[in-house]
Amino acid sequence: MTGCNKDSVSYFAKQEKIYPKKVWGRYRKIKWIVISVALAVYYILPFLRWNRGPNAPDQAVLIDLGNAKAYFFWIEIWPQEVYILTGLLILAAILLFTATSLFGRIWCGYLCFQTIWTDLFVWVEQFVQGDRNARKKLHDGSWTFEKIRKILLTHFLWLVISLCTAGAFVLYFIDAPTLFQNIIEINVSQTVLIFVSSLTLSTYIMAGFAREQVCAHMCPYARFQSAMFDRDTLIIGYDELRGESRGKHKKGESWEGRGHCIDCTACVQVCPVGIDIRNGLQMECIACGLCVDACNDIMDKVDLPRGLIRYDTVNHMEAEIKGGDEQFKFLRRRTIYYGLILAVVGISLLVSIINRTSLELHILHDRNPMFVQLSSGEIRNGYTIKILNKTHEHRTYKLSISGLENARIDVKAAGNFTADNLYVQADSIGTYHIFISAAVSPEPPRDVVFNLVDSNGELSDDYKSIFISKRDR
Amino acid sequence: MTDDNKKTEHKKEIDDVSGVETTGHEWDGLKELNNPLPRWWLWVFYACIIWSVWYWVVYPTWPTLSGNTKGTSGYTQFKELKKNQAEIVLRQKAYLDRFEKASFEEILNDKELYAFAMAGGKSFFKDNCATCHGTGAQGAKGYPNLNDDDWLWGGKLEDIKQTITYGIRADHDETRVSQMPAFGKDEMLSIEEVNDVVDYVISLSSADKSTIHEKGAVIFAEQCAMCHGDDARGDSFFGAPNLSDAIWLYGGDKETVIESVHSGRGGLMPSWQGRLDENTIRELSVYIHQLGGGE
Repeated sequence: MTGCNKDSVSYFAKQEKIYPKKVWGRYRKIKWIVISVALAVYYILPFLRWNRGPNAPDQAVLIDLGNAKAYFFWIEIWPQEVYILTGLLILAAILLFTATSLFGRIWCGYLCFQTIWTDLFVWVEQFVQGDRNARKKLHDGSWTFEKIRKILLTHFLWLVISLCTAGAFVLYFIDAPTLFQNIIEINVSQTVLIFVSSLTLSTYIMAGFAREQVCAHMCPYARFQSAMFDRDTLIIGYDELRGESRGKHKKGESWEGRGHCIDCTACVQVCPVGIDIRNGLQMECIACGLCVDACNDIMDKVDLPRGLIRYDTVNHMEAEIKGGDEQFKFLRRRTIYYGLILAVVGISLLVSIINRTSLELHILHDRNPMFVQLSSGEIRNGYTIKILNKTHEHRTYKLSISGLENARIDVKAAGNFTADNLYVQADSIGTYHIFISAAVSPEPPRDVVFNLVDSNGELSDDYKSIFISKRDR
Repeated sequence: MTDDNKKTEHKKEIDDVSGVETTGHEWDGLKELNNPLPRWWLWVFYACIIWSVWYWVVYPTWPTLSGNTKGTSGYTQFKELKKNQAEIVLRQKAYLDRFEKASFEEILNDKELYAFAMAGGKSFFKDNCATCHGTGAQGAKGYPNLNDDDWLWGGKLEDIKQTITYGIRADHDETRVSQMPAFGKDEMLSIEEVNDVVDYVISLSSADKSTIHEKGAVIFAEQCAMCHGDDARGDSFFGAPNLSDAIWLYGGDKETVIESVHSGRGGLMPSWQGRLDENTIRELSVYIHQLGGGE
């Protein structure tokens, strides 16, 4: 191993343990509100019910992997409609880009689950071990009974939170009340067990130990966000002009000839990623605003105006230096493009959800043989038909064909089915093999249209196919 | 590399432009900056190495002159395949037990058994029957098309099962046999008579009824009607083809029909008893029956 000697070059950096100091202020308050709402949604959502009738699950949000269906309140997604999911993901990505180019890394600072869970874990640390200095002392100190007790308690609480996190995640995939009951009775499948344990472990490691390392070295989004930044993007900025030159300040001393920064390092002590914001915008900064809270608190104490560290844009800050009255520019080419893409994706998603039908007919012409000549001289073609019944009721359908005179439809399936009486269970696909026979003399493939109507007459679908009566040589 | 020691003990040097420490490595005046990697990355790397050593021990990994290292677990993909196949056979058994006891009638009305028979039949058909009858059962000259509604020996489920089990003109004692005589070759009919009767037979299935083949009709009544019937509709009891429909096993053009009457015909369907078990034959029967022509 290289780099043990202080003078020698070290190719690998040890993770610096960060002990964020407790802070209270506007942005800390917003962060707690966001965390509470996010966690409340996360834990309550799986227990919300949504009545879909007796033949479909009544969980409002459910990804039913076993039956390959996803339910989101009134929207239901079948595997072939996975493009809706794709659309949602694209929408989420563009939304993130737009928000980032307007407001900077607010996702990272307030909404990202890595941030939320790290916040929770730090809060536990604070609750058990005390504030920054106490934690640091405990960590550096010798292994007393007190230290062991406190550290064990911290890790125990972390594991409890991790377990709850993992436990709630699986509720989105299996009927929540039933699974919850099963989890309490410790009567769950191996799959659930594997998911819960691996998610518990990953939450424990990521929020307990990896923390800021995730943002700096694992998360791709943190790295490519600078591509969405420009000089009008909100960032956390230290007002260098006002702050420098910094130095200690005694009560009553004049502020003439010096900057407003009293070098108290409050902003550094509260930083969850362990940077000094006074060095300017840095890759590690997740824009959580805690340094703003810390600095404002200090400025209040020394009777100076707030905002030495603040949310601001580069252009706005520079204009202030020049004495101009620059406004924040939200409408820029970048944000307009993002907005346009957002609108296009959003509208197409909306249209595809609105146009989603409850009945689909799919027909596949037999390939081998293409056609069969019957003893009467008639020609017969075979087709596999699939009826997608997306309603939550069992239904019967009537199949007809147009474009072929005097065509006879025979249905081959277990039981007695006719073209007037094709039964499909609720929320499932009915597959039938059918034969169309008609007296046609050999001719090139003829276009035919199949029509399917449900017995109530409210739903129908068409499918174009062909009728083959001679072999093309 | 004598420089190595010198390099690691080298005093810290800060790059003027970036303010970042350099590694001291220099190429043509360019110095490498040292932006250290997190140490835990190194640990992950070591963990991967340890894991790979474990993998070498447990799984087959290295080629040797006579094959490869086997690994302590003895794992092979072939064994895994066997295991999976055994699982599938076990799963099939549940259906097979029900299938064995069910009548054809019950199978045709039971969704699960029907799907089971169709899937099994399709697979067995491709393995055993497709060589002659074609993968789509569409047949060929001399090999019946099993999709249509024309059956030499009957198209009911029991008939199909009997044909598969004992064959036609096969080497089984229970096999069914029919004989189309070689009327021309064995000099039972003259060339002209063969010609006349063929004209008559072809006219039966033709739309053009303007020409009347009286001579041929007389010969047909004397020679052919015994098996093919007075109306030439054949009889599946004797395996006599229907000559009045649109389907010809060997071809319906005049030359081919003359050949059939002159030299006789007699295709062979093997007996599958002993080669395929009862359940397989029953699955095949259901599959063929449901191809579209089943009676």
